[in-house]
Amino acid sequence: MSVIFLAEHQQDTFKKSAFEAATFSKKLAEKLGTTAIGVVIGSMNNPGSLGKYGADKVLHVQADQNVPFDSQVFTEALAAAAKQSDASVIILAHSSTGKALGGRLSARLKAGLVSGVNALPDTEGGFKARKSVFSGKANGIYNITSAIKILTLAGNAVKPVRSETEAPVESLQVTLPTARITVKEIKTVQGIVPLPEAEIVVSAGRGMKDPGNWGIIEELAATLGATTACSRPVADADWRPHHEHVGQTGIAIRPNLYFAIGISGAIQHLAGVNTSKVIVVINKDPEAPFFKAADYGVVGDLFEVVPKLNDALKAFKAAH
Amino acid sequence: MKYLVCISKTPDTTAKIGFTNNNKTFDSNGVQYIMNPYDEWYALVRALELKETQGGDITLINVGGVDNETIIRKGLAIGGDKAVRINAENPSAWFVASQIANYAKNEGFDIIFTGKETIDYNGAEVPAMVAELLDLPLISFASKMDISGNKATIQRDIEGGVEIVEVDTPFVISASKGLAEQRIPNMRGIMMAKTKPLEVVEPLAIEEMIEIDHFETPPPKSSVKLVDPSDMEELVRLLHEEAKII
Repeated sequence: MSVIFLAEHQQDTFKKSAFEAATFSKKLAEKLGTTAIGVVIGSMNNPGSLGKYGADKVLHVQADQNVPFDSQVFTEALAAAAKQSDASVIILAHSSTGKALGGRLSARLKAGLVSGVNALPDTEGGFKARKSVFSGKANGIYNITSAIKILTLAGNAVKPVRSETEAPVESLQVTLPTARITVKEIKTVQGIVPLPEAEIVVSAGRGMKDPGNWGIIEELAATLGATTACSRPVADADWRPHHEHVGQTGIAIRPNLYFAIGISGAIQHLAGVNTSKVIVVINKDPEAPFFKAADYGVVGDLFEVVPKLNDALKAFKAAH
Repeated sequence: MKYLVCISKTPDTTAKIGFTNNNKTFDSNGVQYIMNPYDEWYALVRALELKETQGGDITLINVGGVDNETIIRKGLAIGGDKAVRINAENPSAWFVASQIANYAKNEGFDIIFTGKETIDYNGAEVPAMVAELLDLPLISFASKMDISGNKATIQRDIEGGVEIVEVDTPFVISASKGLAEQRIPNMRGIMMAKTKPLEVVEPLAIEEMIEIDHFETPPPKSSVKLVDPSDMEELVRLLHEEAKII
């Protein structure tokens, strides 16, 4: 028996979700009295570093190079890792990769799947996993009845715990099938934490009046080490890139801190952000519906409030 | 080309969320239902665009009760040629995927379209399960797709950007925003939909792998704490000392 998790990485760098999965798997493995095993697919120079976040062991599916993402190839590798380690639980990130694998592995291994899990499962008298449903308006608690259980883990649901212990690495020989999908190109923003992983997000909307006014938003984000986001009208008008659009038809995020600046708070926008831990709303309209979903609110002109907030944060950062 | 478009029914975004039966069942009383937006706006319309430029035939499939025929007829009004409803109430993702795969396995579809997820359970599970059951490649979260002969070039949304991939038919594709432009059914479409074939098929027996224990609604948010716009030091103090978030 074991808990295994897929550790996503880009070349030699693990994604934040890999550390979250490691810590989550370790905590779950302790509850079940077993071990947490990381699975790394493709070329990676320090797979053992997963030990620092909780992995007891790492299985490395070796390849000469980075293995481009094809869900069939990854499913084969994970199914082999699950068999090798007699896995009773498989943890994936609730990411573009993990979501494409969860359903496949579930069908392959006849293993019940709960996706977007946001808390450690209750393992007393069953295996009950909790996830957010109805765009954050409720939680569903599901009991998995199959022998093998699969969870995809929502971002920011667990804080990675770091130690200095490296994990032993074992090579896992798997004959990977030929990929039927060819990855031609990957275009991602560089030097910025991707939105689904960001702990702090500074988001702005139509209240900004003009795309040329985004300087104050970017400065605030830089001070906070935050990632910028936007509402749908702003993305649709091409004021901001589409990958910044959060909300129902954009991406759903759950940062620790979400700033909504000049966004009225339509229900479709809230659906993508309302599981954020703390929400701060800055809007000149005291009737803006977003204030009902906010923890902290500032009724005022964003063009005055945002620079003041930035100055106050800089003073705070300098003093701490 | 033969296209299969999987459509599901979800509560409208503005629906009030509540539960009955000891919090085990979604309370559909008074809830307005719609076709899942990702299925309707992006998956179905992209299939329709392909049919218009390359020819072909679109089958819609839905797993659900007789009430779902409203949204199935809407799909036919937008442009599906025929539809299949697998007759079942409150199906799980595994149940739905198993029925779709069972129906599709002998039909020789070139492309199976789904939305990237439903807006109620947000699981994104069905497309991957269908792909695995049919041993097909899956391209999930597709925001652009072009096809030439049997080779498709697809843009797939990933964290912080996109990935461009190539794949030959047959395959399963799940649609994100951007894959197509939303269409509204016109009067002619609505009239024609009434006479298009809608076949009802009894489901295959499936062994479930998960069961709902209960739903819970989060406690209502305490009311917003307003901060004076001239005193941003106070906001910073609250975020640090009270929310302990910075």
